[in-house]
Amino acid sequence: MPDPARRAATVAFEHVTKHYDRRELKRGTPGAVNDLSLAVPAGKICVLVGPSGCGKTTSLKMVNRLIEPTAGRILLDGEDAAARDLTELRRGIGYVIQQVGLFPHETIAENVATVPRLLGWPAARRRERAEELLGLVGLDPAVYAGRYPVQLSGGERQRVGVARALAADPPIMLMDEPFGAVDPIVRERLQDEFLRLQESLAKTILFVTHDIDEAIKMGDLVAVLAEGGALAQFGPPAEILASPASPFVARFVGSDRGLKRLSLSRVADLELLPPVTARVGTTATEEHRQALAGTFPWLLLVDGMERPVAWIARADLRVGTQLESVPSVPALPLLDRRATLKDALSILLDADVHAGIVVDRTRRVLGLVTVAGIAGLLRETAQADGTDGTGTGGDGTGGDGTGGASTGAGRADPGGTEPRDPAVDAPGAGGHGAGGHGTGATGRVG
Amino acid sequence: MTIRWDWIAGNVDEIAAATLDHLVLTLIAVGVGFALSLVLGLAAYRWRPLYGPIAGLAGLLYTIPSLALFAILVPFTGLSVLTAEIGLVSYTLLILVRGVVSGLDAVPRDAVEAATGMGYTARGRLARVELPLALPVIVAAVRLATVTTIGLVMVTALIGEGGLGQLMLRGFNRSFPTMVYVGVVASVALAVALDLALVGLQRLLTPWARARAA
Repeated sequence: MPDPARRAATVAFEHVTKHYDRRELKRGTPGAVNDLSLAVPAGKICVLVGPSGCGKTTSLKMVNRLIEPTAGRILLDGEDAAARDLTELRRGIGYVIQQVGLFPHETIAENVATVPRLLGWPAARRRERAEELLGLVGLDPAVYAGRYPVQLSGGERQRVGVARALAADPPIMLMDEPFGAVDPIVRERLQDEFLRLQESLAKTILFVTHDIDEAIKMGDLVAVLAEGGALAQFGPPAEILASPASPFVARFVGSDRGLKRLSLSRVADLELLPPVTARVGTTATEEHRQALAGTFPWLLLVDGMERPVAWIARADLRVGTQLESVPSVPALPLLDRRATLKDALSILLDADVHAGIVVDRTRRVLGLVTVAGIAGLLRETAQADGTDGTGTGGDGTGGDGTGGASTGAGRADPGGTEPRDPAVDAPGAGGHGAGGHGTGATGRVG
Repeated sequence: MTIRWDWIAGNVDEIAAATLDHLVLTLIAVGVGFALSLVLGLAAYRWRPLYGPIAGLAGLLYTIPSLALFAILVPFTGLSVLTAEIGLVSYTLLILVRGVVSGLDAVPRDAVEAATGMGYTARGRLARVELPLALPVIVAAVRLATVTTIGLVMVTALIGEGGLGQLMLRGFNRSFPTMVYVGVVASVALAVALDLALVGLQRLLTPWARARAA
């Protein structure tokens, strides 16, 4: 029996196989599973990803026994799921499906309180819990509790689906393409919100998707399944991107996996450049000009608290002039240490000055990130790609488990004065140009 | 061909009694028919291979001309309410069984899957999810069956029942058109009233079906 006081449980597949005989095969029958073994630690998100027919949905449904395995066991906190009472098992596992499956004839509050009602909670407590959960997923209970599902947008319904799955505080959640039925912008927001939520919930989550980008973003662990239901690779997303275990996995994660790794790495993982700075109120010196003679010809003007004020181009510096009187450009872009490199690169490519000012919480300057610095990481990955599959890869990012980060303040005006480095521009523009989805909140296992 | 209003005024009690009789025959037929159809429909929904035989049998009953059916039954059950109701119930089955099954078929699959996955028992799911969601289609079938039955009750006048049918039959035999007109008008009024009552019941039971984006 899992201890109800614990918020998460482990999930372990042990040689789980599901074959369908001809009688069971009908339209829409999900794929078979072949000798699947994997263990998900408590409180982690494990994403099952693969092409259609790879058995990822089947694997998920075997956990709450909507499908019974042909062979093998699934252990929840060490206890065989097959030994549990069916309805009791299911009521203890949160379940979110792609089409959400809200009950059209029940109000949103009633929908959310489904499992609590099945568990026999009194009406007042159910109501209270439903309102609490609606608040948690960002829906005002005063507005939404009494509505019917048909009155909600697709994104709102997905949120209600998540709230409903969380209602009885289950230690395990199963999510089958939970954000699949909404447009990409809403999906991205729902993903970010869910990751933020998971930081405090720390549920054990099995998450099915066919989208490798979603898998990399959402997963602490990613299980890549191949057609026929065999496990092709299981590990943290960085490891799967850096060293795919087989040509199938390499193909599945895509030839742009170097770029994909940018969304796994954070500004804090890079070696920051020390900026050449000068205090407001001082004058330009020959030392300043000397220090800026290298590849990065911008002086960063800071205030008494080391907070950025403006950029001054080397060409505009005259020794002996007051720095405030020199023409300058705004001290942008500002980057949070926890911003992903994907976001940072996207912002840098749009900025006047091709360096991001990395600041801490109090906006004190920590250092600079340049496009060239990010390109360095790209090159490391490219070298790993060269040895395809066996490469050790770059640093692969690690354990920044904090969250709530976002990319820094505004962007500088476009149409900058600094010519872009074409060698660096190309990959950024070709791959993940749009970017700027400002998030952070993943809790990665390193 | 004038209407004898004085006859109507003098026979309000008889007209009311015939109307009530008609109503009772209709309600029994639809009520019993619905109960049978619910059982048969649920069985056909649960065990799909049963649906063919059940629908086939109901269809067969439906094709027997009503007069012939009553003629067949009279030697067994006599000129009785039972004879009338056996016939009337038989005719509701096709409409109602189909209504129950297609209503249940129309329940969104994802709602059923979510209900199962969250730990509903099969019975709880049927009562709380599937039947409520099947209700609009089922009520539509009940409305159709009710109006059809009101018409068929007329025919049972030939075996001594018939409510308003009796009124019409007697008027016809006596060449007294006022009675025929009264029978027609009262039965149409009855049909409209029952239909409206069913619509009202449905609106009461399915507030969600009227909810639209606010």
